[in-house]
Amino acid sequence: MNMTELFKDQFAQLQAEDKDSKLSALREEAFSAFNKFGIPTVRHEEWKYTRIGTLFAKDYKSQVSGQVNFSAKDVDAYRLPGHEDANELVFVNGQFADKLSTIRSKDLTVLHLAEAAKNEYSEIVSKHFGHSSDYLKDGINALNTAFVKDGIFIHVKRSKIIEEPIYIYNITDAAAENILAQPRSLIYLSENAQLQIIETFATRGTEDSFTNQIMEVIVEKDARFEYCKIQNDSANASQVSTTHIRQTGTSYVNAIIVSLNGEIVRNNTNVVMEAPHCEAHLYGLYFQKGNSHIDNHTIVDNVMPHCFSNELYKGMMDENSTGVFNGKIFVRQPAQKTNAFQSNKNILLSNNASVNTKPQLEIFADDVKCSHGCTIGQLDEEGLFYLQSRGIPEKIAKSMLLVGFASDILDKINLPHIRTYVDHLVAERLGN
Amino acid sequence: MLTISNLHAGIEDKKILKGLNLEIKAGEVHAIMGPNGAGKSTLASVLAGRQDYEVTEGSVEFLGKELLDLAPEERAGEGLFLGFQYPVEIPGLSTTNFIKTAVNEIRKYRGQDTLDAVAFLKLMKEKMALMNIDQTLLSRSLNEGFSGGEKKRNEIFQMAMIDPKLAILDETDSGLDIDAIRIVSNGVNKLRSKDNAVLLITHYQRLLDYIVPDFVHVLYNGRIVKSGTKELALELEEKGYDFIKNEINEDEEVSIAEKH
Ligand SMILES: Nc1ncnc2c1ncn2[C@@H]1O[C@H](COP(=O)(O)OP(=O)(O)OP(=O)(O)O)[C@@H](O)[C@H]1O
Ligand SMILES: [Mg+2]
Repeated sequence: MNMTELFKDQFAQLQAEDKDSKLSALREEAFSAFNKFGIPTVRHEEWKYTRIGTLFAKDYKSQVSGQVNFSAKDVDAYRLPGHEDANELVFVNGQFADKLSTIRSKDLTVLHLAEAAKNEYSEIVSKHFGHSSDYLKDGINALNTAFVKDGIFIHVKRSKIIEEPIYIYNITDAAAENILAQPRSLIYLSENAQLQIIETFATRGTEDSFTNQIMEVIVEKDARFEYCKIQNDSANASQVSTTHIRQTGTSYVNAIIVSLNGEIVRNNTNVVMEAPHCEAHLYGLYFQKGNSHIDNHTIVDNVMPHCFSNELYKGMMDENSTGVFNGKIFVRQPAQKTNAFQSNKNILLSNNASVNTKPQLEIFADDVKCSHGCTIGQLDEEGLFYLQSRGIPEKIAKSMLLVGFASDILDKINLPHIRTYVDHLVAERLGN
Repeated sequence: MLTISNLHAGIEDKKILKGLNLEIKAGEVHAIMGPNGAGKSTLASVLAGRQDYEVTEGSVEFLGKELLDLAPEERAGEGLFLGFQYPVEIPGLSTTNFIKTAVNEIRKYRGQDTLDAVAFLKLMKEKMALMNIDQTLLSRSLNEGFSGGEKKRNEIFQMAMIDPKLAILDETDSGLDIDAIRIVSNGVNKLRSKDNAVLLITHYQRLLDYIVPDFVHVLYNGRIVKSGTKELALELEEKGYDFIKNEINEDEEVSIAEKH
C-alpha cells in the first residue's frame, strides 16, 4: 500500500475512533488541506532544495494512538545530563507517553492536548492551535494536524517562573519497522511567566524513522521563553521540525538549534511579533557530514513597531553534506522602528559539501533598520598556519578553529549541563 | 644553528627568494633590513613552513635537521618561533587556551610531560609580569579586536611562554609606542643566551638600540646583498636603500661587462 492510501485509511480509522474529540473538526480541515497540497516537491517555493518526497516513497508505519512498548529503563539511554533536576517529557513514536514523563515543577501544567481542548484551556487551544499553518502552507504541516490526537499542552500561570527546565525526548522505535512519528505540542506562557525547554530526538534501531513535529508556543506580555533543540539523531532518521512562536505581548524569546546529524533535517522556526517592543534571538549551529541534509527555514514577522530580532546561523559542512538556509524577515506596514538583523555564515570543509543560503526581506514600513548577510568560505588557512606555527598539530588546530567559529552560538546555551553536553557532541563530531 | 643555502622560493609564477644564503650561530642576534617587497616576510614564512610558498631550490638546516622536510608544528617543536608581522585574529578561541595548547603540544613533541593547570598558571603569571601584559587581554579571543601594539606584545608574550631556540621576529617593533618597544626589547633580551638566537626583521634602526645585533643584513630583491655589523643599520637609516641599490647596479653592470 502506498503512503497516500495508508494515510486515507488511517485517517478514516482515527476519525471513527475519536469522533467526539474537539480536535476532530481540526483534523478534518487539515486532512483536506493535506489532500490539496500533497507532499511538497522541489517545485514548491519553500522546498526547492529539500527533497522530502523520497522519504514518503518508503513504507512507514505510523502510530496514531494506543500504548507504546517502551519502559522508563529504555528511556535512560536518552536522558540528558541534569535530568535529575529537570521536568522530563517523553514522546515515543510521536505519542506523548505520560507514564514515562516526570513533572517536577509544581507550577507547571502538562496535559494531553485533547484534554486541554475541552477544559478551562479550551479557549487557548481554539485560539492558537494550528496557527503555524497560516505561515507554512504545505502538506507536511497539514499532515501533522490531520493526525493529531495525543499531543501535549503545557501551561505556565501568570508570574510563575519555572526554575527547572523541561527536557523533551522524542524517541522513535524503529527497531522492527520504518516509523513515521508526528509529535505535537502547544505551549502557553502567561503574562510574566518564564520557561525553558531543551529538546532532543533519538531513533532506536536501524529501520528508517521520520519525525514530523510541530511545536506552537504563545508568549504573553513580559514572559520569557528559552528554547534549545539538539538534533543528533542517526543517519537513518529524518525530520521536519516546526517551532512556531507567537509573541502576543511584549516579551523575550531565545531559540537555539544545534543540528549535528540526521538524514534529512528540515527546521521551520517562526517568530511572530504581535506586540510592540518584542525581543527575539534565533541562533543555529549546524555541523554535518556524510550525506546529511540540513535545511533551516526561519521567519521573523514584525507585525508591531519597535521590535528587535537578531538571527545568527552558522554552518560547518563536511564530506557530502548539503545545507540550506532561508531567512525571511517581514516588516508589516505598522512595524515602524523595527530592528532586524540576520546573518548566515558557512564553512565548507570538503569539496563535495554545499550550502544554499538565501535571505529574504519583505519590508512595508519605512523607518526600519534591517540587515542581512551571508558568507560561504573555507577554513581560514592563515589561522591554521598561525596555530601550527605555534606547535599545534594540524588536526587539533583545525578543531580549535571550528570550535572557535561555533563558539558564539554555543555560548548562547546558558544551562551549564547542556552546554557541556553539546560541547562534547561537537568534540565527538570533530573526532577528538 | 641555522644555515640557509641558496634558497629559492616563490608563489605561483612569482619568484621571491632568489638564492638566499644566511648562517646564524647559537648566541647571535641578526637583523635583516630591506625595502618593502624585498622578500623578508616571505623568508620568515618559508622558514616557519607556510605551504603557500613553493621552495624550488636550496636547503635550510636547523639544529642538524633539514627544516624544509618538517611540518610547521614540527618546526615549532624543534625550537623555531615566528613572530608574525600581521598576527592572525581568531574569533572564539581564547588566547590563554591557545597558548596553553601550544606550550603543551610543544612539550609533547619534545617528550616532556605536559604542564597541569597550576604549573601553567604559574608560568603565565611570571611571563605576564615580564611582558607587562594584562589578564583581560589573555582571556579575550586570540588577537580579535586587539590594537596593533597589543597584537605585537602578544606575539612576544607567546615567545616568552614557548621559550624557543630561534626566534624570528617580523617587524615586531612596527606600530609599537616607545614604552612597548622597551618592554618587547626587554623580553627579547631576556631570551638571549648562548644557546639561543634571534633573527630580527625591521625597518628601524631604533629597535637595534634596544636589541643590539651582532650582524645586520640587507635583503634586496630576494637575496642578502650586504652584511655588516650594527653600523650598517645606522648607515641605512641615514642614506636609505638607494646606496645599496646603486652598489648592486654597479656590480651587475660589472658582471655583465665581465661576461662579454
Ligand atoms: N601570497 C602572496 N601572493 C602574491 N604575492 C606575494 C605573496 N606573498 C608575497 N608576495 C609578493 O612577494 C614580494 C615579497 O613580499 P614580502 O611580504 O616577503 O616582502 P617584505 O620584504 O616582507 O616587505 P615589507 O617590508 O613590506 O613587509 C612582494 O612583491 C609581495 O607582493
Ligand atoms: Mg614583511
